[in-house]
Amino acid sequence: MTLAADTFSFVADLVRQRSAIQLESGKEYLVESRLLPLARDAKLPSVDAYVRGLRSVPRQHELERVVEALTTNETSWFRDVTPFRALTDHVVPELLASRPGTSSLRVWSAACSTGQEAYTIGMSLLESAPKLRVHITATDLSQEVLVKGRSGRYSQLEVNRGLPAPMLVKHFTRVGTDWEISQRLRSMVTFSKHNLMHAPPAGGPFDVVFLRNVLIYFDLATKRDVLRRAQSVVRPGGFLLLGAAETTIGIDDGWERIPVGRSSVYRLNARRAA
Amino acid sequence: MRALVIDDSRAMRRIVSRILAEIGYETAEAADGRQALDLLEAGERFDLACIDWNMPVMNGLELVVAVRARREWRDLTMMMVTTESEHGQIVRALAAGAHEYLIKPFTPDAIRDKLELLGLVPQEEMA
Repeated sequence: MTLAADTFSFVADLVRQRSAIQLESGKEYLVESRLLPLARDAKLPSVDAYVRGLRSVPRQHELERVVEALTTNETSWFRDVTPFRALTDHVVPELLASRPGTSSLRVWSAACSTGQEAYTIGMSLLESAPKLRVHITATDLSQEVLVKGRSGRYSQLEVNRGLPAPMLVKHFTRVGTDWEISQRLRSMVTFSKHNLMHAPPAGGPFDVVFLRNVLIYFDLATKRDVLRRAQSVVRPGGFLLLGAAETTIGIDDGWERIPVGRSSVYRLNARRAA
Repeated sequence: MRALVIDDSRAMRRIVSRILAEIGYETAEAADGRQALDLLEAGERFDLACIDWNMPVMNGLELVVAVRARREWRDLTMMMVTTESEHGQIVRALAAGAHEYLIKPFTPDAIRDKLELLGLVPQEEMA
């Protein structure tokens, strides 16, 4: 089934206005596949029919569901592996060395989806720095994924995705066919709704910000805005971890690239630090 | 890199082998733990073994224990790939010497994720 051009442009505009995510042409399949369940829920035969209904009677709740459906990404535990090694082997030791006596750490997991990244940060730090008091603020645009993250409950298929078996048996218990993460880890993470286009979330200032695989969806001006807002909530000497295909270079000179293996690790530029 | 896929289901061996081949592995197959041991005894060398739990002749857990008992096979990474999904079963397999544990059913991405954790994705695939 081919998506009508005006359906695609309406959805792309809506998503851009509400999340700054650019759906370029060629992403019609994504719109079709993500919105088909919503069309079926509404008992309509196609995504075109569903979007036509939405255009004639634009209900806020339904528009939000469309944006959520298109901005929620598949996620896995220890995604890409190296950023979490960079965190435990380089970032945290460096933070502790530069601030003797530090006993706590605040981390922001931005665009956290269903929470795997935030809990992975928690598990990694429990292993590598068990005496550190860690607080993780996990934010996303989608209410639905936040509810799931907060519940700490994941299906068998979800725990299969990148979660090391020793961590599964250490930090999870079986509940029916699902797995539930420990109360200790859940108490380390606060989930809250946040739009990267708006002022930074509560919970800062942060020592480390994970902002991975998000900037790739934004145009240059939006990337710059997001990085500048991140600067304002990072403590002096704090770190930013981006996705492997992302960089601050040529976008925002407030950050200094730190070579740590294949990871995209940046530190708030000393000249910028307050 | 070479992988040995051990499962009494021919269909499952094919599925796992195909996923591993796409990631860049050369694969061999065995229908139970005894056949797998025979291949190792004959001097075949593998980087990875994907091991089902419930098999006739010699089950997956017995195979893990047998491999762990031999110094010359200590470099072989063993990943259970099984429908056994109880917490206690996973603990048993890890205690016996399995390095990873993947519960059936799984998606192809789940195998890749596990290999990434183990540092066993062939280099040309990582690029």
